[in-house]
Amino acid sequence: MRIAVCIKQVPDTEARLRVRADGSWIEEDDLPFVINESDEYALEEGIALAEKTGGEVVVFTIGPARAAEALRKALALGAARAVHLADAAFLRGDAISTGRALAAAVAREECKLVFTGSQSDDVGYGATGSVLAGVLGWPHAWLVMGFSLEEGGASCRVVREMESGKNELLRITLPAVIEVQAGINHPRYASLKGIMAAKKKPLAEVSPSELGLDPNALGAAGALVELVGVKSPSSGGGAQILPGDPAAAAKALVEKLRNEARVL
Amino acid sequence: MATRRVWAVLQQRDGELHRQSRETIAAAQELAALVDASVDAVVLGAAVAPLAEKLAAETAVERVLVADHARLGTYTPGAYVAALAPAIREQAPAYVLFPHTYQSVEYFPRLAQQVDGAIVPAVASFRLADGAVLWTRPVLGGKLQADVRVKATSAGPVLASIQPGAVSADRLKKGSGVVEPLGVAALDTLAPDREILGVESAAKEEVDLSKAEIIVAAGRGVGGADKMGVIEELAKALGAEIAASRPVIDNGWLPRDRQIGSSGQTVAPKLYIAAGISGAIQHLVGMKGSSTIVAINKDPNAPIFAVARYGIVGDLHEVLPALTAAVKEAKG
Ligand SMILES: Cc1cc2nc3c(=O)[nH]c(=O)nc-3n(C[C@H](O)[C@H](O)[C@H](O)COP(=O)(O)OP(=O)(O)OC[C@H]3O[C@@H](n4cnc5c(N)ncnc54)[C@H](O)[C@@H]3O)c2cc1C
Ligand SMILES: Nc1ncnc2c1ncn2[C@@H]1O[C@H](COP(=O)(O)O)[C@@H](O)[C@H]1O
Repeated sequence: MRIAVCIKQVPDTEARLRVRADGSWIEEDDLPFVINESDEYALEEGIALAEKTGGEVVVFTIGPARAAEALRKALALGAARAVHLADAAFLRGDAISTGRALAAAVAREECKLVFTGSQSDDVGYGATGSVLAGVLGWPHAWLVMGFSLEEGGASCRVVREMESGKNELLRITLPAVIEVQAGINHPRYASLKGIMAAKKKPLAEVSPSELGLDPNALGAAGALVELVGVKSPSSGGGAQILPGDPAAAAKALVEKLRNEARVL
Repeated sequence: MATRRVWAVLQQRDGELHRQSRETIAAAQELAALVDASVDAVVLGAAVAPLAEKLAAETAVERVLVADHARLGTYTPGAYVAALAPAIREQAPAYVLFPHTYQSVEYFPRLAQQVDGAIVPAVASFRLADGAVLWTRPVLGGKLQADVRVKATSAGPVLASIQPGAVSADRLKKGSGVVEPLGVAALDTLAPDREILGVESAAKEEVDLSKAEIIVAAGRGVGGADKMGVIEELAKALGAEIAASRPVIDNGWLPRDRQIGSSGQTVAPKLYIAAGISGAIQHLVGMKGSSTIVAINKDPNAPIFAVARYGIVGDLHEVLPALTAAVKEAKG
C-alpha cells in the first residue's frame, strides 16, 4: 500500500520569536525550523505501517526551499519518496487552499491512506487534513491516538481523543485521512545509515500545472482568510515577578505564598 | 428586517448542551450586534425537540433551527456535514459559529470546504475594523496573537470556532424565538463514514488530581525523564501531587493519568506551580481555575505568566531546588 504523510516545516517552538517591524508576521531569517510536532508522529505512524505491511511512504510538504530539509529528514527516517510543493503559488495558503493543493498531490501519487498531523504549531488551524479529506471525498478522523489496519487493509481501527481523558474507538473504511495527534507512538531517530540512504532517494518538485490546478486557487491567492498581523498577547494583569537570584526569589515566593496568598 | 444571519451551531449530548454551547450563542449575539444581523441557534441530534423548545423559550434568538434525525443521535462527521451543508447553502448565513471543541473542529473545516466557506478556528475575540470583522486567534503555541480577516472577495459564509471562555456564557441575552425544522431527509440514505465501536479511558490507571490541594506541574522545559527529580523533590516538600503538560506525557516522562488540560484532567487546587510550561490554551483550560498559580519559566514572555499570580523568571533546574530548600526551611 502506498501511504501519504503530509508534513509541515514550522519554527522551532523553543526559538525566540521576533515580530517583524511592520507587524505582519515573525522574522523568519535566522529562525530554526523543524518538522511540526504532530507531523513527526504522523510520519512514524506511516513509516511503521509501511514496514509492517510492505508498503511505501510518500511524504509531501508545501513550503519554500528550506522545507526540503524536512523532506530529507523524513526520507532519512524511512519514507521512500518526497514531493515538494515549493512553487510560490502554493505558499502562504489558508486551510482551504493548502488542503486543496495537498489533496491534488496525494491523488496524483495514488495513495490509499493519508496521515497528517492534527495541528500545525505555527498557524494552528487544526483544519488542513479535514479539508484535504473533503476534497478527496474520503472519511477522516481528527486527533487520532491509535491506529491499526483491519480486514486486510480494507478498513482501519482508530482511537480518537475526546475531551477530558476519554477516547472513542472507531472503524473507518479506506481510503481515509487520519489526522494524528502527538503521543500516538514514539517517533524514531534518524540513523546514520538512514541519513546516507536519504541522499539517494527521490525528492521531486511539482508545479501547479502538473497537478492540474489553477494558481489562483492556491496559496495566498486561493486563501479565503488573510493574516492582518501578529502581536504579543496583552497580558491581563499578569504575574508579580519575584526578582533576585534563585535563592532570593524562592524565599520571596514562599513568603508571599504564606502571608499574601495564604496557601502554605 | 435584518437579512444577514449569524448561526450558532450548538453541541449537545443526550439533550444536554455542552458547556461551551451557551458561550457560542453569546458570541453569536455579540457578533450579530456588530454586523447588524439576526441570530439563529442550530441544534443537531435525535429527539432534541425538548432541548430546542427550551432554548427557544429562554434565549434571545430569532429561530432555533433543529436537525432531528436518528443518524444525528451519536455524532459522526459525515452525518453532521450532510445535515448542515444543504441548510447553509439554502439559507446562506453570513457567519456560522461553533464551540471550539474536539467534536466541532473535526467536522466544521470539512463543512466549510463543501459550502465554499472560510475557516477561522480557535477565535479568542473579534471586533470590527474598517467595516470588516477582525478575528483574533492564538498562533505559535499562544506566544503571539494573530488578527485575521476573511477576504472581501470571499462570497461564502464564514465558519469560525469560538475558544472556551472567549465570550462568557454570563453575557448570554435572554429572550425567545421560534423553533423551525431543518430538512434532513438526505440522511435517510447516507452511507456512514465511520462505525463507532465504543468509548474508553485514555489513561491506563486513573489518578484523580481534582482533589489535590497543591500541584507541581512539569512541562517540556524540564528537559527529560531523568531530570524530573527537581519536580519530585518540590512536590515531596510541599506534600503536593505531580502533574504535567502534554509533551511530558507524550514523551513518556510521566503516565497519561497525570496530564492536565483539554485532553487530560481539569483541576483547581489552591496552589498550582507550573515549571517549564509555556501556557498554551489547551493546558490553561485545565488549570486556570486554580486559586493561586505560580509560573517558573526562563522565557519572560511565556503566556503562562499572564494567568499566574507569581512568577520567577529563570532556569527551573536552579529555581526548583532553591524553592524546595525555602519550603523546607519555612516548614521548619
Ligand atoms: C487538540 C490538542 C489537545 C491538546 N491537549 C493538551 C492537554 O490536554 N494538555 C496540555 O498540556 N497540552 C495539550 N496540547 C498541547 C498544547 O498545545 C501545547 O503544545 C503544550 O501544552 C505545550 O507544553 P509545554 O508548555 O510543556 O511545552 P512548550 O510549549 O514547549 O513550553 C516549554 C516551556 O519551557 C520553558 N523552558 C525551557 N527550558 C526551561 C528551563 N530550563 N527552565 C525554565 N523554563 C524552561 C520554555 O521557555 C517554554 O515556555 C494539546 C494540543 C492539541 C492540538
Ligand atoms: N504546508 C503544509 N505542508 C504539508 N502539510 C501541511 C501543511 N500545512 C498543514 N499541513 C498538514 O495539516 C496538518 C494540520 O495543519 P493546520 O491545519 O495548519 O493546523 C499538519 O499537521 C500537517 O500534517
